[in-house]
Amino acid sequence: MTDSNYDEIMRLLCDRLSALTDSELLITPDTNLISQLSIDSIKLLNLIMEIEDTFDVSIPINGLTDVQTVRQLADLVYKVKSTS
Amino acid sequence: MKLLEKLDAAAAARKALLPNGVGAFGIPIEEVYSATEARIGNRRVLLLGTNNYLGLTFAPECIRAAHEAIDKEGTGTTGSRMANGSYYGHRALEKEFAEFYKCSSGIVFTTGYQANLGTISGLVGPGDTVLIDGDSHASIYDGCILSGADIIRFKHNDMGDMEKRLRRLGDRTETTLVIAEGIYSMLGDQAPLAEIVRLKKAYNCILLLDEAHSLGVLGETGQGLVEHTGLLEEVDFITGTFSKSLCSIGGFCVSNHPQLEQLRYVSHPYIFTASPSPATIASTRAALELLRTGTHLRKQLWNNCTQLYAQLSGAGYHLGPDAGPVIAAIVDTPQQALLLWQKLLEHNIYVNLILPPAAPEGKSLVRCSVNAAHTTEQINYVGETFSKLYSLVN
Repeated sequence: MTDSNYDEIMRLLCDRLSALTDSELLITPDTNLISQLSIDSIKLLNLIMEIEDTFDVSIPINGLTDVQTVRQLADLVYKVKSTS
Repeated sequence: MKLLEKLDAAAAARKALLPNGVGAFGIPIEEVYSATEARIGNRRVLLLGTNNYLGLTFAPECIRAAHEAIDKEGTGTTGSRMANGSYYGHRALEKEFAEFYKCSSGIVFTTGYQANLGTISGLVGPGDTVLIDGDSHASIYDGCILSGADIIRFKHNDMGDMEKRLRRLGDRTETTLVIAEGIYSMLGDQAPLAEIVRLKKAYNCILLLDEAHSLGVLGETGQGLVEHTGLLEEVDFITGTFSKSLCSIGGFCVSNHPQLEQLRYVSHPYIFTASPSPATIASTRAALELLRTGTHLRKQLWNNCTQLYAQLSGAGYHLGPDAGPVIAAIVDTPQQALLLWQKLLEHNIYVNLILPPAAPEGKSLVRCSVNAAHTTEQINYVGETFSKLYSLVN
């Protein structure tokens, strides 16, 4: 995995999160998924399924307990993808 | 007090959705008159939002059994199954559940929630995987989280999606527990069990089926989806609850795998709680016998289900895919759902209101639960009232 892979993951997440929320807030790596984007638990779980399909990986949802920001979500996806 | 502020935020969000103190959640029921009627405030209402599928809450056999158990054994066991809480009745009920499902063993838990929590967290652990339907009940999610196993979801009842995720797991499928439900509580639809069994065999997994809402409802003797589909022997573990068709509180797991017995020594939700009271066990044993022989109750239940499903569908409501005891009107917005719920209550009909994120796909649900004790006239009244109120959600 390279930086460009990480960038691709980040770009995909920002695009999808933007589509999932009504907020006009500019989504950055530090955007908080819950307090700023109001992403509820089910939306987040469904997003994980989409990401699994996009990168053909299995992402256990247990890992989401430590995820609050877009960057932390990207880190999780990157870590799973790197080790798969 | 920063710790408590997030609860204030949750309270504010709820208040914004439910203004003027409307109590759709945890509504106070002042008196219960029968399996189908109760008093809410000063209204005598029809109960269309209970899980009393066979209408047995006032069955004389169950009430008598509960009275006798209290007289003989007192009000509570005051202890764990692991210690002083395994009375004759607890062991007898386990044997009766095992025989009912033609299994070698059965375990009784204190609640249905704990049956899933205790079974799942006992069967899998860190390094294992659970593959669950996306619409699984919270007790399944919580059991998976407690287990420490990796949790992977598949799209609700989508077998192509399930197989895709099994394929991705590779060799890990051999330590994977697949979990589905007989009837799903939100939309009332059934799991495609034949296809799930085919996949669990092809990928060499273990399958757990939760029959919470299908016990008593499906199959000639009421075993649930396993009997309805003729696939009893293909399911490794079956869990269920006493708090729906059996009209008490508690839960169970049955299996032909001898390892089930080990759960008694490793499952915290089984060990670290008091066992069910003698009255609960006694009424459940009586209800299980009524359920097993209750073909006439199932016939009446299904007559009521098909009648109400047809009336709501005919009125234009968007419903779940299968007619059954859970009939959910799918509504676009929480505000529409709340208005419909309020108007139904004004017409003396109590149903369940389910808002996002509990409802699937961002929708809201106004959910009816039908039971065998409802009369044709009561069902007709509910159907006609829904029809009259359709413009509220259209």
